Amino acid sequence: MKYADEFRDPEKARALIDAIGLTLKRVTIPDDRPLHIMEVCGGHTHSIFRYGLQRMVPDTIEFVHGPGCPVCVLPMGRVDDCVTIAETDGVIFTTFGDAMRVPGSKGSLLQARAGGADVRMVYSPLDALTLAEKNPDSEVVFFALGFETTMPSTALTVLEAKRRGVSNFSMICQHITIIPTLKALLDDPQAQIDGFIGPGHVSMVIGNRGYDFIPTEHNKPFVVAGFEPLDLLQSLLMVLTQLAEGRATVENQYARIVPEDGNAEAMRAIAEVYEEREHCDWRGLGNIEASGVRFRKEYHRYDAELKFGLVQAQVPDPAICQCGDVVRGIIKPTQCAAYGRQCTPQTPLGALMVSSEGACAAYHQFDAAGIDH
Amino acid sequence: MCLGIPGVVQEITDREAFLAVVDISGVRRKVNVACVAAAEALDDLTGQWVLVHAGFAMAIIDEAEAEKTLELLQLLGEVNEEHLAMLNSAQPGPQPGQ
Ligand code: SF4
Repeated sequence: MKYADEFRDPEKARALIDAIGLTLKRVTIPDDRPLHIMEVCGGHTHSIFRYGLQRMVPDTIEFVHGPGCPVCVLPMGRVDDCVTIAETDGVIFTTFGDAMRVPGSKGSLLQARAGGADVRMVYSPLDALTLAEKNPDSEVVFFALGFETTMPSTALTVLEAKRRGVSNFSMICQHITIIPTLKALLDDPQAQIDGFIGPGHVSMVIGNRGYDFIPTEHNKPFVVAGFEPLDLLQSLLMVLTQLAEGRATVENQYARIVPEDGNAEAMRAIAEVYEEREHCDWRGLGNIEASGVRFRKEYHRYDAELKFGLVQAQVPDPAICQCGDVVRGIIKPTQCAAYGRQCTPQTPLGALMVSSEGACAAYHQFDAAGIDH
Repeated sequence: MCLGIPGVVQEITDREAFLAVVDISGVRRKVNVACVAAAEALDDLTGQWVLVHAGFAMAIIDEAEAEKTLELLQLLGEVNEEHLAMLNSAQPGPQPGQ
């Protein structure tokens, strides 16, 4: 945990914290709760915890940790699908490391590997494709998950598989999209969010225009932010300034990386390979309409769901889990009955306890160190 | 997994597949650069800093930005994690760090 004077530029940090305090005086705070500012992206959550930003800002501001960590919203049923395929003879199952520990109803992929399945962590989907070329007698399946940040990598890998004529390669497509997710969050009457710190790298791919409905339809500020602590403090200040001035717009604090229109080549690859999926199941949030993608018909031969005749398993979360209330900002991780008891980083019940970007794991780490959140 | 990691493009190795060797804090690895350069501009990439996500360069960045990002990733423990992931990618059996 850092303090303001350990920042790369401590003077700037202090100036920002002062400005946040001053601006906050001009913002109307709800009577019954602090101001809720949601950081959508798990990378931001990680950074906020690591730098102790919650402690540096006045008590009347609370960071609410949003659903933007793809591992954290991975539903049980989907993990079960992965395990089923991984346990099929002749399959080499590959995925990003983070996904391996997420529990399904029959255990995690890591446990499937301990039981003899050939499950391998890969750094890049391209490595899974290379593995397929080296093992022509096996079917190599890649578990493609993530928001728009990782979507270009899997779409381009499929295009590359086509170009190289690799036929023993397929993917389970569990990509999810940010805009429908934000819509679902904002339509939920229980969720009380006063402003958003928007995702940096998703926006680098999709650009900023898709967020316009947030100020126009919901009258909430939305500031796309970088990941460094100074970026986050500055973005918070930008949100507060909008609130103080009674404005709501989309602003881009991270313009050095995020072009207004996103990345054209990445969007082209995504649109070529994927199309909207009517429904997508989320851990904790349930079904969100049109929040995922699937393969277009032309690319069906790379779709592991079709290759293996998979019917998406729908498995409810364990009754005790309150992951959904945490990602919607309704409760804090420590208010979940399972937190620190049945659910710990060693024995995660929910995915928020697995990834370093998950709110529950972050809380637990700082609890263990005896530090206030 | 969404932060990405900066690296310097060393050389273009496969024009058709848009592959380049990128030095990521001392680990050299093949990276797809299709999202940051058109075919005719591939040569201009050599020597540039790029932000790499899961083996794909997603943005061109300047050196100061790369430095700041690396510092943040170091603190978050992610440089090590990314390196382990790159070095152990696709290997069978249990991997270190799990
Ligand atoms: S403590 Fe565990 S079960 Fe409870 S919300 Fe967090 S991850 Fe979910």
